[in-house]
Amino acid sequence: MPESLNNLRFDLSIIASWVRPGSRVLGLGCGDGELLHALKRHKKVSETGIEIDEAQVARCIERGLTVVQGDMNEEVRDYPDDFFDYVICSQTLQQAYDPSGLIREMLRIGKHAVVSFPNFCHWRIRLQMLASGHVPRTRELPYEWHDTPNIRVLSLNDFRRFADEVGFSIRREAAINSRDIRVTGTRVRVWPNLRATYGIYLIGR
Amino acid sequence: MVHAVKQVHTLEGPVTLESGEALSEVTVAFETWGTLDADKGNAILICHALTGDSHAASAPEEELPGWWETMVGPGRAIDTDRYFVICSNVLGGCMGTTGPSSVNPETGRPFGTDFPVVTIGDMVRVQAGLVDHLGIGRLHAVIGGSVGGMQVLSWCRQFPERVGSGVALATTMRHSALSIAFNEVARQSIVSDPNWNKGHYYGGERPALGLSVARMIGHITYLSDDAMHRKFGRRLQGRDEFSFDFDAEFQVESYLHYQGAKFVDRFDANSLLYITKAADYFDVEEGLRDGGALDRMAELRHPFLVVSYTSDWLYPTYQNRAIVSLFKRHGVDVSFCEIEASCGHDAFLLPSDRLTTILTGFLGKGAHA
Repeated sequence: MPESLNNLRFDLSIIASWVRPGSRVLGLGCGDGELLHALKRHKKVSETGIEIDEAQVARCIERGLTVVQGDMNEEVRDYPDDFFDYVICSQTLQQAYDPSGLIREMLRIGKHAVVSFPNFCHWRIRLQMLASGHVPRTRELPYEWHDTPNIRVLSLNDFRRFADEVGFSIRREAAINSRDIRVTGTRVRVWPNLRATYGIYLIGR
Repeated sequence: MVHAVKQVHTLEGPVTLESGEALSEVTVAFETWGTLDADKGNAILICHALTGDSHAASAPEEELPGWWETMVGPGRAIDTDRYFVICSNVLGGCMGTTGPSSVNPETGRPFGTDFPVVTIGDMVRVQAGLVDHLGIGRLHAVIGGSVGGMQVLSWCRQFPERVGSGVALATTMRHSALSIAFNEVARQSIVSDPNWNKGHYYGGERPALGLSVARMIGHITYLSDDAMHRKFGRRLQGRDEFSFDFDAEFQVESYLHYQGAKFVDRFDANSLLYITKAADYFDVEEGLRDGGALDRMAELRHPFLVVSYTSDWLYPTYQNRAIVSLFKRHGVDVSFCEIEASCGHDAFLLPSDRLTTILTGFLGKGAHA
């Protein structure tokens, strides 16, 4: 049975629904290319991925995707202005050394950017910290303080404030909640900063 | 079906070279595998490296394995059941294509150093002449590693429309001073051999000593510190104690001696001079950038793949990345993978599941129209 966009991970299916067919897409930290592969197949996009891990890069190329192995913070620099319609940074902003520099570059080479990240102000995290006295660990942020690749954490409110400070506009927002993001999730419309596990944003200049 | 016995084709001249000199005719030795589709859209050209030849793979009836036997063949990454694969010996070489050991029609004797200096661009023009002869317009892919990768880049510069896709492995857009230095030591080793006789040695003794030392130098640059440590360490060859003389005692010494001696039997010293010089002159960045070639490739959406190896210190990853960066800036559909390998520059010639996977996927994506 042919895979469809509905079989994608819940957060990726929302991102995919925002991408216009036939557009040019860059995926930062694209992993094994799940999203790009689906977009190429079902939305006929021209895809490029940036991924640092050799095995993941090889998997992407094996699938027929265009991908450059390297650090996304460096690799975004070479592309011409406005080259992509969308530059997608799915769940890696919290690992970026210089998020505002990265977003500026994303909006230089792309007409739009999509950013998603785990919400650090979900009520479960707040409660855990209060009750346990330890740095919280959740499904979305499953690491110990000493082995986490996430060098920063943020909430949906933080991202909105960041948009004002850096000076980009939020065009679309999806706050989602999912116990297991691989299977299913729901959109959160009431009290998202408290109830959403992830935030997904479409941004522009 | 699978046919890989060496053939020759003669390009009627004069063939004018970048230097301005001309050759009255050029013979090209080549081999092919697989079957050319009716629409001639499934042809892949493989460009060999410094001392390679047209024998990239063997045919079933041949015993001698090709230099890329693990990559080229039925069901392999460069699948001869699917693609029509061509590999030719380079201009200036000594494996059947016109070079300094060929007979100069004007004198009836081998050219020697009367052979004009050739460039990577000249080699590519000759390959294009062969591809014309085979009736192929656009190649599905042009693939090469090291000096072969330089030819791939030169193909992009000279014939961007004809490079349906390109694969450059372990290569560079220009030699660093380090690479030129190694080549110059190799050349000096040859020209200081008394038998070299200013390049006119074909009737007599060959500069075997000079050529073997040149090869030894080359081999050092193809390996890596790590590979040499693993392969030889400080182990002695055929003895337990130092002999306190200047024989080849260490295993690494006897390995280099062996590689040098073996090379003399199959390669012409003058060809090594010409091809290393062509590699040193090679500097393709400006031509790619300003000639409109990359813009053309971007427009046509012809994809390109660059692969480097972590332990390659002859053409290190940063030199391969420079290609990727240039192609990106021009909007070419370019992919890049750095393969973890401990065996140095030679890695691109060795069996590799990783490269097989990548090449298979990449060649499949440009599915010829």
